Amino acid sequence: MAINPDYIGKKYPPSAPYEVSRVKVAEFADAIGDRNPLYRDRAAAQQAGFPDVIAPPTFPIVISMAASGSAVADPGLHLNYAMVVHGEQRFEYSRPLVAGDVVTAQVTISDISIVGRNAMMTTMTTIETADGEHVCTAYSTLVERGGAA
Amino acid sequence: MSEQVSYEGVETGAELPAASYQVTRLDLVKYCGASGDFNVIHWNERIAKAVGLPDVIAHGMFTMAQAGRYVTDWAGPVAALEEFGVRFSAPVVVPDDDTGATIVVTGQVQQKLEGNRVTLALTARSAGTKVLTRARAVVRLP
Repeated sequence: MAINPDYIGKKYPPSAPYEVSRVKVAEFADAIGDRNPLYRDRAAAQQAGFPDVIAPPTFPIVISMAASGSAVADPGLHLNYAMVVHGEQRFEYSRPLVAGDVVTAQVTISDISIVGRNAMMTTMTTIETADGEHVCTAYSTLVERGGAA
Repeated sequence: MSEQVSYEGVETGAELPAASYQVTRLDLVKYCGASGDFNVIHWNERIAKAVGLPDVIAHGMFTMAQAGRYVTDWAGPVAALEEFGVRFSAPVVVPDDDTGATIVVTGQVQQKLEGNRVTLALTARSAGTKVLTRARAVVRLP
């Protein structure tokens, strides 16, 4: 079944709080091969003006992808995840994520379109602290190959 | 990491030195675990080929992470990344050997903006193919 364009503008409730931990940040930095001390050395991060180690710029995807799972798996959307590839990704940052941050992610389906045989869906995920401080907004475009029909 | 660059010291049109990043099957397995993205096309050759891919492919976000590393290594610890976006134009195909694939990233200072910010235009290639297009970052420099 084809993707359901009625879902454009659908807002999902904020995710459960996610705590950014030093261990997870270091694991992620290791996995991407990035040896930057700001991601694992608290003293280096403090010298650069941060309260604790910071996360690499693509780390918010860990949070936004988990949060957008509810949208992707929404049965009424009719997105066939087996055929999905990542088309585009963009982040707008107010600041880096810092170890100790407790954040929530709120997902909105900002666009659905048909391009040739493919369906494209863009989600906007706003990542904020419990106090409502904006950290980052992630825009992800997923392409469902053959999803137009 | 390089020396801290400054807004004053950067010129529009300046080319940043290219950097190469290696990616093996082991890196992808590690990235699956660290990111939570266990899509089988990133670790299972049989299924990757069954859905029409040439072989196991890297996560797009792994490639974007290399471009991010390129930007932050250049910009230095005190710089602030404000925007970072890419389009995934082709997959990075990772063969089952000890070498894996190479991602080559280049960058150029596209524009100097107000507020000590610069726009970088980035490219990323693997096996001669552009794997990222419309890749750009806005960085605030000291």
